[in-house]
Amino acid sequence: MSEITLQIDGREVKAEEGMTILEAAQSVGIYIPTLCHHEKLEPYGACRICTVEIEARGRTNLVAACLYPVEQNLVVRTRSERVDKTRKVLLELILAHAPDSTELQDLAQEYGANKARFEKEPSFCILCGLCVRYCAEVKKKNAIGFVGRGTRREIIFIPEIASKECWDCKECFPLCPTEALQAAFLLTKALMAPAPTSAPESEE
Amino acid sequence: MPRINSPAELKELRKDILSKRDPDKPCITLCSGTACHASGSEEVAASIEEEIKKQGLSGKVDFRKTGCHGFCEKGPIVVIHPEKICYLQIEPKDVPEIVSQTIKEKKVVERLLYTDPTTNEKTVHEFEIPFYKNQERLVFGSNGKIDPKSIDDYLALGGYSALAKALSQMTPEQVLEEVKKSNLRGRGGGGFPAGRKWEECRNAPGEIKYVIVNADEGDPGAYMDRSLLEGNPHSVLEGLIIGAYAIGSHEGYIYVRQEYPLAVENVGIAIKQAEEHGFLGENIFGSGFDFTVRVHRGAGAFVSGESSALMTAIEGRVGEPRPKYIHTAIKGVRDKPSCLNNVETWATVPLIINKGADWFAQLGTEGSKGTKIFSLVGKVNNTGLVEVPMGITLRDIIYKLGGGIPGDKKFKAVQTGGPSGGCIPEEQLDMKVDFDELAKAGSMMGSGGMIVMDEDTCMVDVAKYFLDFLSDESCGKCVPCREGIRQMLKILTNISKGEGKEGDIELLEELSQVTRDASLCALGRTAANPVLSTLRYFRDEYEAHIKEKRCPAYVCKALISYYIDPEKCQACTICFRQCPAQAIAGGKNQIHVIDQERCTKCGTCFEVCPPRFGAVKKISGEPVPPPIPEEERMIARESKEK
Repeated sequence: MSEITLQIDGREVKAEEGMTILEAAQSVGIYIPTLCHHEKLEPYGACRICTVEIEARGRTNLVAACLYPVEQNLVVRTRSERVDKTRKVLLELILAHAPDSTELQDLAQEYGANKARFEKEPSFCILCGLCVRYCAEVKKKNAIGFVGRGTRREIIFIPEIASKECWDCKECFPLCPTEALQAAFLLTKALMAPAPTSAPESEE
Repeated sequence: MPRINSPAELKELRKDILSKRDPDKPCITLCSGTACHASGSEEVAASIEEEIKKQGLSGKVDFRKTGCHGFCEKGPIVVIHPEKICYLQIEPKDVPEIVSQTIKEKKVVERLLYTDPTTNEKTVHEFEIPFYKNQERLVFGSNGKIDPKSIDDYLALGGYSALAKALSQMTPEQVLEEVKKSNLRGRGGGGFPAGRKWEECRNAPGEIKYVIVNADEGDPGAYMDRSLLEGNPHSVLEGLIIGAYAIGSHEGYIYVRQEYPLAVENVGIAIKQAEEHGFLGENIFGSGFDFTVRVHRGAGAFVSGESSALMTAIEGRVGEPRPKYIHTAIKGVRDKPSCLNNVETWATVPLIINKGADWFAQLGTEGSKGTKIFSLVGKVNNTGLVEVPMGITLRDIIYKLGGGIPGDKKFKAVQTGGPSGGCIPEEQLDMKVDFDELAKAGSMMGSGGMIVMDEDTCMVDVAKYFLDFLSDESCGKCVPCREGIRQMLKILTNISKGEGKEGDIELLEELSQVTRDASLCALGRTAANPVLSTLRYFRDEYEAHIKEKRCPAYVCKALISYYIDPEKCQACTICFRQCPAQAIAGGKNQIHVIDQERCTKCGTCFEVCPPRFGAVKKISGEPVPPPIPEEERMIARESKEK
């Protein structure tokens, strides 16, 4: 692997080819906020809180640090007026769904986000997908998944799998940035749903 | 069918096909594209076949069901060859006359010809009709000449000769150079130079590479890719094989929407025929080049037309976009280099190979070469598909080809580029249409949708419509797109309900910025375009909605009222009888009055009031005048004898 030198917040940072901006920053202790990122999981790029400003080939752009691969001589700013403004609005958008999450409130304070800016629609879930991806990628159970598209997207436990797999696991609960409320709620609901009329196909 | 093993054998086959065809033999072609199908072309086809038999012309006249001719407004379309006499809006009852008069007697049936709506002049030939006359139908023109299910028809027009040329006379590098030199830009939306994408894919490391046809056209009102794939599938296939040769790919996909059954059927037939002829498979034309192609049917998500989402769907997963910081040309389907182009882009390639990059590059503008197919729909007289050189003005498209706005209405805006495009106002109509100019005007080329709007269109309502579409069709993965669209739609809905607030416009702009800057894929990054472009050109309409609670186009129901002018009402009782909500008080010789409480604002009274009275009015932004007192409602009619 060849070594790449880039600049993050004015500091020269050495990174290996294939690393993301987020990994390079973390390796030297530069903090970039994340919500949907988890080191055990594939980068996902959904929350966009890790948005940073880059300068490459004479152009300035906003990119997701958790996905953008490092490049030689790349200039990265983890804070700038544009970055902060973007993060502020993104936080305001998700706070409408999870106004009481402490993790979100801490970030909101940092970026001056007003949790009441958009009308409350408390679904608790911000669709970061940590639970869904952890269950699929680490536990390989796929007991929870996304359903719906666009603004109707939500997470749902699959009762047939969840009723077998979830009782002794629940490893997704602490991952939830909105304190697992939604996950727990949905799980309970799924497990209490009447059994399907036809027997589910056996996995074995 | 014998396999064609060399360019010489292809030439022989073509000669053989042509020798069996008499160019002077009468041939009836009938448009059988989806639009004409919906207007009854199947029944017309049956009666043509029957009538040929009945009038004893079996064997003496050919009949061909072709793909879409483009003039969908006037379908089903019949063209009689070799004279190219064009009959429009044909019904089965017209067929006996066409056969007996035009085929037998060589006489033109006047009443079935194109009639100019202003001069009432009749036009006999297809190529003289203004709609066609001002087009340059390079890619789309063959549609009207061939039966898409017949490879012989395609071969007769010189089909697969570009492939033969590429494989026998050119190296892959030369093919690539030719396409690069032509400056062909992707017709699917982004306008990325096709040659550069091909080169990137060719140079990407890896043995396995894929080439992909994106036929997941999903823009409301757009159907050019559909018509091309349905009407001339071999042209797309030939372009794809040439591209694969240039890139060094041996496997291809055609990703086509399941909702396009005729396209799926015709492309399937075309692939089978191409395999039988040896244009697909191993050692094509004896060149040693192998290539196979598979059809992948899309399951109906608009976002799957985004290249990375489409590739994820091909892998068998949910069609959601993924980051493209590393281009799909390097890391695409199953992480292999994958070159995806739109239907129209691929179909243009054989032309470039046959006629040369220089020929292609002389068409169009500095930055956008060649022609582009647009689907011209909405409030325009001649709706349909038009192929025009890049650089034509919007005005020419709408007025010369489109025949202007129906019903003497005023033009208001044209929406280009699909749901993520923008609305362009009257003052920009002389803009030359190409990738860069449209982008400068705050819209985009997109895949070529063009929706014309007249003065009765509310621009807030238009923005709301597209945002509503996008809120369903966003995949919902990333926050700025999902939540940004959700909030923008809420604000627009409020404005259209008269609940807009001071600051809403600024908030829309702020959300637009974040959605544009931070979204994962192009759908999100362009989702705010309908809002931004309407704000840019029609800000006063937004302000009227918010500040005066007035909808200047009289569209937003919450902001309008219907009112019967007592001076004009003749008590004809038409509206009184037709009102579905029984909200009109009236009767014989009684001036009618609308009960505003009961009125559902359906607009029936407005539509049915005879124009010579014109008594029903739409009101917005001002109070409805109080109803005239009941004792004054009686109309004193003057005696008829007087």
